[in-house]
Amino acid sequence: MGEILRDYDVLGAFWMTIYLTFFSAIGALVIGTILAVMRVSPVSVLRAAGTAYVNVIRNTPLTLILVFCSLGVLYILEINLADPQSPTSIRDNAIRWAIVGLSVYHAAFVCEALRSGVNTVPLGQAEAARAIGLTFGQSLTQVIMPQAFRGAIAPLGSVLIALTKNTTVASIIGVAEASGLMKEIMENETASFAVFLLFALGFVILTLPTGMLFTWMSQRLAVKR
Amino acid sequence: MTEPLVVLKDVQKHFGDLHVLKDINLEIGKGEVVVVIGPSGSGKSTLCRAINRLETIESGTITIDGKTLPEEGKALAQLRADVGMVFQSFNLFAHKTILDNVTLGPIKVRKVKKADAEKRAMELLERVGVAHQAQKFPAQLSGGQQQRVAIARSLAMDPKVMLFDEPTSALDPEMINEVLDVMVNLAKEGMTMIVVTHEMGFARKAANRVVFMADGQIVEENTPEEFFTNPQSDRAKDFLGKILTH
Repeated sequence: MGEILRDYDVLGAFWMTIYLTFFSAIGALVIGTILAVMRVSPVSVLRAAGTAYVNVIRNTPLTLILVFCSLGVLYILEINLADPQSPTSIRDNAIRWAIVGLSVYHAAFVCEALRSGVNTVPLGQAEAARAIGLTFGQSLTQVIMPQAFRGAIAPLGSVLIALTKNTTVASIIGVAEASGLMKEIMENETASFAVFLLFALGFVILTLPTGMLFTWMSQRLAVKR
Repeated sequence: MTEPLVVLKDVQKHFGDLHVLKDINLEIGKGEVVVVIGPSGSGKSTLCRAINRLETIESGTITIDGKTLPEEGKALAQLRADVGMVFQSFNLFAHKTILDNVTLGPIKVRKVKKADAEKRAMELLERVGVAHQAQKFPAQLSGGQQQRVAIARSLAMDPKVMLFDEPTSALDPEMINEVLDVMVNLAKEGMTMIVVTHEMGFARKAANRVVFMADGQIVEENTPEEFFTNPQSDRAKDFLGKILTH
């Protein structure tokens, strides 16, 4: 076991997992919030577009989305997210497209979590916001969404945990994250079972505190009515 | 009557098959206090909510201070800023402190500086008797206190007219008076008010006019004294008979 830790960059691989999780979480939160706003907006075209996005993306396997990002968008359409001349362009492109794919996929789940959060906000809150003269946008940013986020913390935590674990799919498009390294070690070494436990433990160390933090926050920040 | 501030003309509205507002014609003068009473389902809440377009109407016109209610958008938001609204269920912003509840409108809509808005908010909270609760959240206050904060929140916008949609119906009996006292004082200071309520005492004490609604129509309009002692229509006699015998 000591040899494995010495010969392979296990911490580096988990660092990549954290890196993917962090940026994908931000991306998913931004896209998901926009989608959620679209889905509760009074404009029917926006509502339909938001619903279509969620239905299509949520029901597509993540593997498909990432392979599409890599083979379809990067290699066939040749849309680069890194300078193609740079020596690390293959690695950088893979990482960045993985973040895009993970963001796009999890945005659908963030959207649904936020929408369930919006449903916890009583209609009267929106009416009161409009009654004091706030515009639709102001009602949303000042009154509805702050309460919706608080009501959605627990489901958002679940999305974040799922996202952390789903970063493992990025290994199929060549991102050197934890599960990719695990496969590599298992192919090269014999200590398969111990290696498996090591990586499983690594993910638990990442996700367990996340879950606890979100549970704590959901109680702490809950809107008292 | 002084010059009309709120004018409703031939207003019609349906909820599905139900004709909730039938040929509503009503003028409310500046500084006038109008109490709308009637059995539940008579359309009085809908009427109140239609005046700041929380309910849309199908035909007819509603004008406030000479301006017709605009379609949804910036212009409507501006007009709503001039119309205070107090709800049955208070609807204080649950995630904001009492002080922030009162300052939100002035800061975001009237673009008042935060310090000025807070100073004015504290004066208003003082006036409705909840200044010492300014840093608390709505859920920490009693219903009566919450409703008084809601009144202060409306007043902070310096509204031309205030709408009260059954402001005391969700309150425990011992809290009703503290809210009514605030409303009576407002009426004395000359605020134009449209009040949907079952509080006959308030109507007698503060109203200039009572509007009696039944089945979506305005059945009778009169001074409180006339209306309560000498109702003209059978519908009003029947209604008053039911509520005044207890």
